[in-house]
Amino acid sequence: MNKQASTLSNLDEVRAMIKRHKMNDAIFSGVGLVCIMLVLLTLLALFIDLIIDGYPKLLSYEFFSSFPSRRASQAGLLSALVGSALVMIITFLSAVPMGVAAAIYLEEYAPKNWFTEVIEINVTNLAAVPSIIYGLLALGLFIYILDFGTSILTAGLTLGLLILPVVIVATREAIRGIPVAIREAAYAVGATKWQVVSQHVVRYATGGILTGVIIGMARAIGETAPVITIGALTFIAFLPPSPITTTPPFLNFDWLWSGFTVLPIQMFSWLSRPSPEFHVNAAAAGAIIIIVTLLMNGVAIKMRYNIRKKIKWQ
Amino acid sequence: MQFKLAQTLSVATFVAAAFSAPTAFAVEKIVKIDGSSTVFPITEAVAEEFQKATKTKVTVGVSGTGGGFKKFCRGETDISGASRPILQKEIDECKANGIQFIELPVAFDALTVVINPKNDWAKTMTVADLKKMWEPAAQGKVKSWKQVNAKFPDKPLKLFAPGADSGTFDYFTEAIVGKSKSARGDVTSSEDDNVLVMGVSGDVNALGYFGYAYYEENKDKLAAVGIIEKDGKPAVGPSKESIENGSYQPLARPIFIYVNATGAAFKPHVKAFVDYYLEKGRPLIEEVKYVPLPEADQKAVIAHWKALKPGTGFGGKAEVGVKVQDLLSRIK
Repeated sequence: MNKQASTLSNLDEVRAMIKRHKMNDAIFSGVGLVCIMLVLLTLLALFIDLIIDGYPKLLSYEFFSSFPSRRASQAGLLSALVGSALVMIITFLSAVPMGVAAAIYLEEYAPKNWFTEVIEINVTNLAAVPSIIYGLLALGLFIYILDFGTSILTAGLTLGLLILPVVIVATREAIRGIPVAIREAAYAVGATKWQVVSQHVVRYATGGILTGVIIGMARAIGETAPVITIGALTFIAFLPPSPITTTPPFLNFDWLWSGFTVLPIQMFSWLSRPSPEFHVNAAAAGAIIIIVTLLMNGVAIKMRYNIRKKIKWQ
Repeated sequence: MQFKLAQTLSVATFVAAAFSAPTAFAVEKIVKIDGSSTVFPITEAVAEEFQKATKTKVTVGVSGTGGGFKKFCRGETDISGASRPILQKEIDECKANGIQFIELPVAFDALTVVINPKNDWAKTMTVADLKKMWEPAAQGKVKSWKQVNAKFPDKPLKLFAPGADSGTFDYFTEAIVGKSKSARGDVTSSEDDNVLVMGVSGDVNALGYFGYAYYEENKDKLAAVGIIEKDGKPAVGPSKESIENGSYQPLARPIFIYVNATGAAFKPHVKAFVDYYLEKGRPLIEEVKYVPLPEADQKAVIAHWKALKPGTGFGGKAEVGVKVQDLLSRIK
């Protein structure tokens, strides 16, 4: 009888404890939810505000097909859109092969010694260096020493440098996520190291690598400071020479050397005008930058999902 | 193997093509302009119209007056916009690189001192009042309007100023305090003049200054202070007339373009652009809310340009209240 009573009271204690713990869980998830909401709602409020301010422009075809102008009603985004796209191409072509190769080397080939460790620490640190530093580096290296001028090439390489550490870190994370068993199985059937890396490790890690690349690119497209440092233009009312020509060799690289402007610079220029009409254009340009960034992140998530679905471990 | 060789070759060709491109690109006629954000609206308007009229390509960057001169003296740009005259160290740099330039005043800007429209005590102010308010000695001490002038009420003084990197800041301090870049630091300062507009329009005790265009576009939210140059002179507000007839002193300033006039680099399309700037620019200058030079001055500038006289009329120093024609006549 006594024993039963003590068990019962014990049970009540246990129940009380469980209740308390559940309460703690609820409190924490509440706090977490509030934190997420604060961040998301701020972003959402900003985005909606930009859309409300800029919607007359966002709906007009002329805004996307006109060059900058002193008249707010005629000013458009065309040169900034094309400039941003071309710069992103160079950024992609320069950062991705180098970043992925560097990550594969560090993860698969590099001997574990103090030198590798120094490189690793530096790569991680580089990811946190303020972007203006990259701008100054690019000004000295690409413009003063290599004489590339204030061109699309210079801007693309600058932003490429900027996102290189992001690509390296993301690629290494992705490679590390591949189970050791996969490598061992490949070695067991007589694959060479290169075969293991190229046909298995990198292939399975593609999803993660792509995510890193696209997050890096999304960062690069919104960067203003380094691009201003290297001397991006504010008014440019013509497009760079077309990369594709009708005469052999059908490819034209003159556009690499062309002056350019990019979306954030165009937005900043409009924002600092005295006339309030230009601020509508600036809001619309801001909304476009956010939409492009969201689209890029969306594509990254979708690609990762598709690639992961295709991989069959068995 | 054969295939790989072909691939390598074609890549090599592309790379070679890419790096041989600059020569091809340099042949193309482009007028390259950089410099002050104050001159930018005018240059942009001229560039837009010139490009439509002649199909010559024009690019305009905004690196600020100083940043623009850096590029200009390295020979990277054809024309540099400036909201202050070229300084001695910039002249030296140009000289070191063998670059000759022609200095051309293109328009007037009036630095406008603005207050909140509800402010009913400071509609006119003397330069001495403004100096008391802005000089470095006022830092931490002059906190009330009453301390500036006994006629003003005892209300907190809130100051708004452009950033220390701007030519506007340089000119204002030179004209009011008497020494360029010398001002109190405990004020709200912003590189974006729209922030200053918001600050002053939202606070009845505020005072700020910036270029005339920002006042003109926000006339409903701001009031311009009439400036009394010396005791006994009338208060003059910024307007087209007061700037043209020279009575808005000392805050009316000429703004300039500097043209690279070095032998081989002095290209016909650059000349054509400057011709267009000086001859067709007047309505565009008014459209973007600046004040064109008076007719006589404009003629003198065009004559100066046609004579291709290189050099500066300032001798590398900032100067307040200089007349355009005097300036031009100093360059022999």
